[in-house]
Amino acid sequence: MSLDFSLSFAAQIAPTLARGAGVAFVAAIGGFLVALVAGGLLAAMQRSTVRGLSITGRWLMELLRSTPLLIQVYFLFFVLPDWGIVLNPVMTGVVALGLYHGAYVAEAYRAVLDNLPAGQWDAADSLRFSRYQSYRYLMFPQLVLPLTPALGNTFITMLKDTPILAAVSVPELMFAANDVGAQSFRYVEPITLAALAYLFMSGVAALVVLLLRNWIKGRYQ
Amino acid sequence: MTEMISFEKVSKRFGATVVLDEFSFTLKRGDKVAIIGPSGSGKSTLLRIMMALEGIDSGKVSLNGETLWHASGGKNLIAPSRKHLRHMRTHVGMVFQNFNLFPNLTALANVATAPHLVLGLPRKEAEARARRLLEQVGLGDKLSNYPAALSGGQQQRVAIARAMALEPKIMLFDEATSALDPERVGEVLEVMRALAHERDLTIVVVTHQIGVARAIADRICFMENGKILEQGVPAAILDRPQNDRTRAFLRAVHPG
Repeated sequence: MSLDFSLSFAAQIAPTLARGAGVAFVAAIGGFLVALVAGGLLAAMQRSTVRGLSITGRWLMELLRSTPLLIQVYFLFFVLPDWGIVLNPVMTGVVALGLYHGAYVAEAYRAVLDNLPAGQWDAADSLRFSRYQSYRYLMFPQLVLPLTPALGNTFITMLKDTPILAAVSVPELMFAANDVGAQSFRYVEPITLAALAYLFMSGVAALVVLLLRNWIKGRYQ
Repeated sequence: MTEMISFEKVSKRFGATVVLDEFSFTLKRGDKVAIIGPSGSGKSTLLRIMMALEGIDSGKVSLNGETLWHASGGKNLIAPSRKHLRHMRTHVGMVFQNFNLFPNLTALANVATAPHLVLGLPRKEAEARARRLLEQVGLGDKLSNYPAALSGGQQQRVAIARAMALEPKIMLFDEATSALDPERVGEVLEVMRALAHERDLTIVVVTHQIGVARAIADRICFMENGKILEQGVPAAILDRPQNDRTRAFLRAVHPG
C-alpha cells in the first residue's frame, strides 16, 4: 500500500485547519488563564487555616483530578443548563480545561511554595513584613522561575486536550480535520496537517518557556 | 533599669530533646555578648526566641521591659498574637548564617523594601537610607546587583545593612561568618566590629569561631545542653577557663 499525499489537497484544506488550530489555541490560552487563577484559589483554600475551606479545597482537587476531562466537559455543557447556567461550546471548553488543569496547577503552586527555603520566611518575619507583603513582594516573584517548566507542560497538555472539546461541537483542529476527512474521504492530509499543527504550537510554547526562563535567570544575575 | 533582654527560667523542647533548660540570662542596653558552645547546645534557638521566630515551653522572656513570651508550667501557654510578635520585633534585627537575602531584589531593594513597606517611609527616603547603609558596609558600588552576583561576604554585609535599616536596639548574629570562605570572614567581621562601637546597640553573637567572639564581645557565655556553664570577660573565658567542658570545647575548636 502506498501513501499518496496530495500537496494541492493539503494546500486547499490548510485554511480550514488553520481556523481550527486558531480555535484550539484560543481555547488552550483561555483555559490556561483560568487554570492559573483556579489553581491559585485551590492552593489558597488548601493552605487555609479555616478547616472547612481546606477540606473543601482538598475534595475539589480530588474530584477534578479523579474524573475524566470528557465527563467534566459533558457536565458543564449538558447538566449545568438544568441549573440555569448556559455556556456556549467554546466557553465550556475554556472553563472545563481551566478547572481540570487548575487542580494540577494548584499542586505545582503548593510544591514550589513548600520548596522555598525556610530562611526566606525567617528573614521576612524578622523584618516585620506582613503575610500579604511577604507573599506579594518577596515570595511570589521567586516562584515564577521554578513554576515555568510545570506551567509550560500544563499549557502543552491542555493544547493536546482540546480535541475533547469536539464532543460539545467546538470547531477546533481535530473537529476540522475530521470534518474534512468525512467529506472528502481523504484522511491522510487532514490528519497529517493537524499533527503538524499541534507539533508546531507545542514547539512554540516550549520555546516561549525557554526564552522566559533565560530572561528571568539573566535578570537576577 | 536598662535591662534589654531577660530570660527567666526558660525551657524549650523539640520533641524529647531539651534545647533550653530553665535558662536565665540578662543583658543591659549596650552589652555585647558572644555565646559560644558546641552545635546542638541551644545557641541558635536562643536567638530565634529573641527574634520571636520560635516560642518557649515555660518561663518568661522580656525585651526592653516588655514581655515577649510568657508561659507558666508549660500548661498555661500564652500564645502571643501575630500583632504582638510583630510589635516586639521592632526591637530586634537578625543576621542569619545563610544570609537569607531575597534573590528577586537588588542589594538596594533588599535593604530599602522593609523601611518603605513596613515603616512607611516614602520610597525615595527608604532608598536614601539603604544607600547610606550599603555605603557604610562598603557596598556603595553594588547597589543594583542581585544577590546571585555577590560573594558570600558581600551578601552578608547586605544582610547586616538590611537588618540595621529598621533601626533595631538589639542586633542578633546567628553564626554570621560560619558559611563564609575563610578569606571572606574579615570583611564581615570588620562591619560587625564597627557596629560594636555603637554604645547603645545591644549585640548578641552566636558563634563557634573564637576569633569572632573575641573581636566583638565584652562578655562571653559558654553554653552546653541548654545551659550557660561559664561566663565572663573574654580574657577570663577564652584564656583561663575554669570549667572542664569549656576547656574541652576550646581545645576542640582551637587545637594547639
